[in-house]
Amino acid sequence: MISYTEKESNRTLIVLSAVVLIAVLVDLFLIFQFAPEERSMGHVQRIFYFHVPSAWISFLAFFVVFVNSGLYLWKRDRKYDLLASTSAEIGVIFATLVLITGPIWGRPVWNTWWEWSPRLTLFLVLWFIYIAYLMLRSFVDEEEKAARFSAVFGIVGFVDVPIVYLSIRLWRDIHPSPVIAGGQNSGLHPDMKIAFFFSLFTFTVLFFLMLLHRLRVERTAIAVRELKRQMAY
Amino acid sequence: MIRSVTAILIKDFVSELRGKEMLLSMLVFSLMVAVIFNFSFPPGSEFIQEAAPGIIWMTFIFAGLLGMNRSFVYEVDKGCLQGIMLAPIDRAVIYISKLIVNFVFILLVELIALPLFVVFFKLDILGSPGYLLLVVLVSTLGFAVIGTLFSAIAVNTRTREVMLPILHFPVAIPIIICAVQATAAVFQGQEWAVVWGWTKIIVAFDVILFIVAFLTFEYVIEE
Repeated sequence: MISYTEKESNRTLIVLSAVVLIAVLVDLFLIFQFAPEERSMGHVQRIFYFHVPSAWISFLAFFVVFVNSGLYLWKRDRKYDLLASTSAEIGVIFATLVLITGPIWGRPVWNTWWEWSPRLTLFLVLWFIYIAYLMLRSFVDEEEKAARFSAVFGIVGFVDVPIVYLSIRLWRDIHPSPVIAGGQNSGLHPDMKIAFFFSLFTFTVLFFLMLLHRLRVERTAIAVRELKRQMAY
Repeated sequence: MIRSVTAILIKDFVSELRGKEMLLSMLVFSLMVAVIFNFSFPPGSEFIQEAAPGIIWMTFIFAGLLGMNRSFVYEVDKGCLQGIMLAPIDRAVIYISKLIVNFVFILLVELIALPLFVVFFKLDILGSPGYLLLVVLVSTLGFAVIGTLFSAIAVNTRTREVMLPILHFPVAIPIIICAVQATAAVFQGQEWAVVWGWTKIIVAFDVILFIVAFLTFEYVIEE
């Protein structure tokens, strides 16, 4: 059974929750009040403060999956598997957010819901890889096997991502994409930068809070299973 | 090491040649797809030539998955894998020999089916058959590299046959894109540089994913 001191973890959770609550409120103010309106795109541009941090969080989450998958295969400690699987779940949620907020922005700005641009395509593929990862976990009955298999897939999937991006970029070079209104990072207004980086921070602490909560639920589930097993004898 | 690889190879080839389950099902499947795709385009349409590289590769991928699904089913169901694992050989040997078997069988099917695709779809490959052969070789190797690893995983899941494509497709996307584009370049009679531009990504995929699969395979089949 995984040991952890409940009191300690509770205190961390409460502190982190408070930080997240304040950060989210400040972030909302920065995004909707403080940051100036974009000249050509208008208010739609504000989705950028949700979209890009979500993308960053999913990359972070999938990196955590990769690292912990490797650690699990090496050390065979269940806690690495727990970290990898919970991180994959959160990563999929944020990747889904990226895929939802992207088209909402793309419709008025690019005049299309979906465009096979390298980044969009990459995210769709990422999303599929980690959906497959989660499906794999749920389709294996023995926990230990599920952990091993998903660790292997978590490593293979992550290593594959740069090659996917390379091939998609080359593929798009041949099919010219429609004119896109300038790069998002080209000349960001200083106030926009503040809002953006604060948003990045907020999403990052939110990620860790979600990770902690999810880990706690998982650990409780394991403890309950353990108790049930003991009662059966 | 080479001796143990050949020993497993001979076992697999002999059992396959007796049953022909994998080869026949892949081959018949490929031919049927070639015929069926004809009906999905208006008769006499030129479009089929443009779509041919995509159709050919989708056929080969599905056929390959069909075959690779079988590659560990027998081993696990008949307890053969346990026998092999009890033998004093490295786990990597099992991966290498299974990889070779999958690669050879899929390649065989492709080499039989490809001329038929050329005839059915009225394609022109006479300009540079060597390029096409190279593209087919490296792409098939890439499929087999991850397919062998994933089929060893998929055979242990509840949804066996369904799990393999779900794991395989997203990871195989670089090969799918590059193989289709390289093949299209060959059909259009483009020069070597264009074909190589795509092929080199497949080669990079083969090398990198082979190393990863080779190193992680032992964790998949340990009991």
